[in-house]
Amino acid sequence: MAEIEIDTRGETCPVPLVECRKALRKAESGDEVTIIGTHPASKKEIPMACKALGLEIVDIKEDDKEWKIKIRK
Amino acid sequence: MTDKTVIVVHSGDMDKLYSALIIGNGALAMGMDVSMYFTFWGLQRLKKGGLEKGPLSKMHMLGLGKWMIKKRMKQANVASLERLMNDYKELGGKILACEMTMEIMGVKADELRSEWIDEYGAVGSYINEARDAQITLFI
Repeated sequence: MAEIEIDTRGETCPVPLVECRKALRKAESGDEVTIIGTHPASKKEIPMACKALGLEIVDIKEDDKEWKIKIRK
Repeated sequence: MTDKTVIVVHSGDMDKLYSALIIGNGALAMGMDVSMYFTFWGLQRLKKGGLEKGPLSKMHMLGLGKWMIKKRMKQANVASLERLMNDYKELGGKILACEMTMEIMGVKADELRSEWIDEYGAVGSYINEARDAQITLFI
């Protein structure tokens, strides 16, 4: 089981969502993909995408500068 | 069966191509299949070196408006159309090119970015793609 980290800090729509999907496609079942970003809408939309893809969100962290979403494939 | 989005890209305007590719990428990212059907002015953007060449749909002002918007986009770190197209293809997005437009506008297959194009077709191809799509847009 691998841990993959994707950094999209400073990127705007639709890059965080797209990079998240690219990483999830490459990941193996059981891998954990963590995506870090600053784009506000993506923080809501990445969980929406995970729901549509039937993937589990393990953890969401956020401070005033950035968010971090961990997804299990 | 996987949900599907089908977009007709009729406009060759830069801003409208952004809308089309952002929606296409978004739909792929959210687990849908996506097909984009490029016709008329949209097809011109599939020519070699043509992707970023479109004018702004409003306030183009002989290129001044486009220059200003591109500057603002750069400041906001907006992805280039080339990057969006590459992401679209990487995520499995399909591109269809309109053969009638090629004929009317004298566009030859070797003038187009053939590495992007999955299929050449006509209205039947669009309908065939769109009939089981949940989202279909004309841009």
